[in-house]
Amino acid sequence: MRRRDPLARKGLLRRLPEAWRQPLAVAGGVLAVAWIVIALAAPVLAPHDPLAQELPRLAPPGPGHWFGTDQLGRDILSRVMYGARVSIPLTLLLVAMSVLIGGLLGACAGYFGRWVDETIMRVADLVFAFPTVILAMVVAAALGASLTNAVLAVLVVAWPAYARVTRGLVLGVREREFVLSGRLLGFSVWRSLRVDVLPNVTGPVLVLATLDIGTALLLLSGLSFLGLGAKPPSPEWGAMVASGVEVFDSWWVATFPGLAILTVVLAFNFLGDTLRDALDPRTARAIKERAL
Amino acid sequence: MHPLARFLVRRVLLAVLMAWGITLVTFVLTNLVPGDPVAANLGQRAMSDPAIVSQWRAEHGLDRPLWQQYLLYLQGLVQGDLGMSQQSHRPVSQDLAEFVPATLELAGAAILVSLVLGVAFGVVAALRRDRLPDHALRVLSLIGISVPTFWLALVAFYVFFYRLQLTPGSGRVDVALGLAPPVTGLQTVDALLAGRWDIFASAAGHLVTPALVLALYTIGLLTRFTRSAVLEVLGQDYVRAARAKGLPGRTILFRYVLRSALVPIITVAGLAFGSLLSGTVLVEAIFAWPGIGQYAYKSATTLDLPAVMGVGLVVGVVYLVINLIVDVLYGVIDPRVRLQ
Repeated sequence: MRRRDPLARKGLLRRLPEAWRQPLAVAGGVLAVAWIVIALAAPVLAPHDPLAQELPRLAPPGPGHWFGTDQLGRDILSRVMYGARVSIPLTLLLVAMSVLIGGLLGACAGYFGRWVDETIMRVADLVFAFPTVILAMVVAAALGASLTNAVLAVLVVAWPAYARVTRGLVLGVREREFVLSGRLLGFSVWRSLRVDVLPNVTGPVLVLATLDIGTALLLLSGLSFLGLGAKPPSPEWGAMVASGVEVFDSWWVATFPGLAILTVVLAFNFLGDTLRDALDPRTARAIKERAL
Repeated sequence: MHPLARFLVRRVLLAVLMAWGITLVTFVLTNLVPGDPVAANLGQRAMSDPAIVSQWRAEHGLDRPLWQQYLLYLQGLVQGDLGMSQQSHRPVSQDLAEFVPATLELAGAAILVSLVLGVAFGVVAALRRDRLPDHALRVLSLIGISVPTFWLALVAFYVFFYRLQLTPGSGRVDVALGLAPPVTGLQTVDALLAGRWDIFASAAGHLVTPALVLALYTIGLLTRFTRSAVLEVLGQDYVRAARAKGLPGRTILFRYVLRSALVPIITVAGLAFGSLLSGTVLVEAIFAWPGIGQYAYKSATTLDLPAVMGVGLVVGVVYLVINLIVDVLYGVIDPRVRLQ
């Protein structure tokens, strides 16, 4: 019995090592690893307590505080480092949850078809009918300003992309011989989905998820920038940029947290872009068409 | 019925259905979630008086069952009534009428810039595939889609206005000049209609930085898509045939390649308009652009339900109409689409 679509698998695996040798992939990988190390080791690496208001206020970058200090006399370098502990895990969790929820709903829609399909996909269409930030902002505002609610808001706008991609891929394999033979052998619905369908869906969904990490972080920090996410003392990057708006002269207050967001997003976009190229063109096109 | 007419009717009906869905979403979202509009609008002292609270609820129809509230809302919508903003104490429709043109002008300028630059960059990248310009543009467009818009707006404002004083500051025109007599609500167009070149120059100057900041993301997006669309067409037999016939490169590019590559590009541009409308919320605050983005932010943070619903509705419908136009264009350009 054939369990997997051999074409898709061979295409992915054979081309991966070569693709990873590209400068873009290397740059993305180095940046991503660097940020994960910073997030993990922030208590060791950071020169100051990110919340302690002990330094001179609004001091420009210099020895002792390389990124300067903010209007409350907190060390910005330390806050940027600790910010990685707020934003990166939340973003990863967010994307993982969108993949799970969107993927599951999409798989159900594609596998069961009929009214299940109609219901799920029409809801997804409705979410797509709104520009993302507008919808996320409305949801976040309605739920109340907090980081958890901002994550929920981004989740609401993020899952439909996975539902669409997964549905399309599941539709593509549902009637294939190896899935039908599994069903005829008496596989339960869940076993069939897990064993026969899932392996054919993971590749493209993984690429989409990698590319989505950047988008999710931009959205999450954007909500915090608008005051709908992290609360003040938290060293969240978007909120830090917002606090820089108030002290416009002191450019360093907003610049460094913004650069942190940019480099993290860039890292995952570099990685995702490489992954997409590594996939065979057929699935790459499926992602392109359904994810936008 | 003519296939094109049937196609148009189906698309329009679908759009109307989606518009109805949008009213449902804006309504449900702002009602079923735990945020309490009474607390947000009355403040602590008034909240402690049950008589005031119940009067306020009755005044805003909040004491009726949810489905009646929705029907009331729909009935008002049909009559062009979006309710009263609880913050500005003016009809939401009046607020929106005031703010929407500014945002449309900003987003319109941004989509024009993105289309011109994005398509140009994409064509260059495709024609110089796997060579230096292609690699450079790939990195640049990835950076473009990775920059946080709100941060870029701040940096651009600081560098070009505050430090270099190259660009005018916030707002839409110089306060000293005043606004052009409103006809379309778009300052640049109104100024031209009034023959006021000074206002036009000022309005255009004010538009440049926010529009470029807003456009950066869509430029990156369109560069990527144009590149792959052009590459796909370049590989087709009829392009090879045209080349074999000895047609000049320019003719092949514009008549053969770009013409069919434009179809997917237009689709993406329609979708990209959504991210532009989203971006205005983040950019308008920095440039003090008096548009719907700033209004949206203010009403969302104060839980001004009618205003939030109004903004969501208008932005959703604008986005829907743009994509309907794109779909129709698509059907007109490419006959295969109609037959599906």
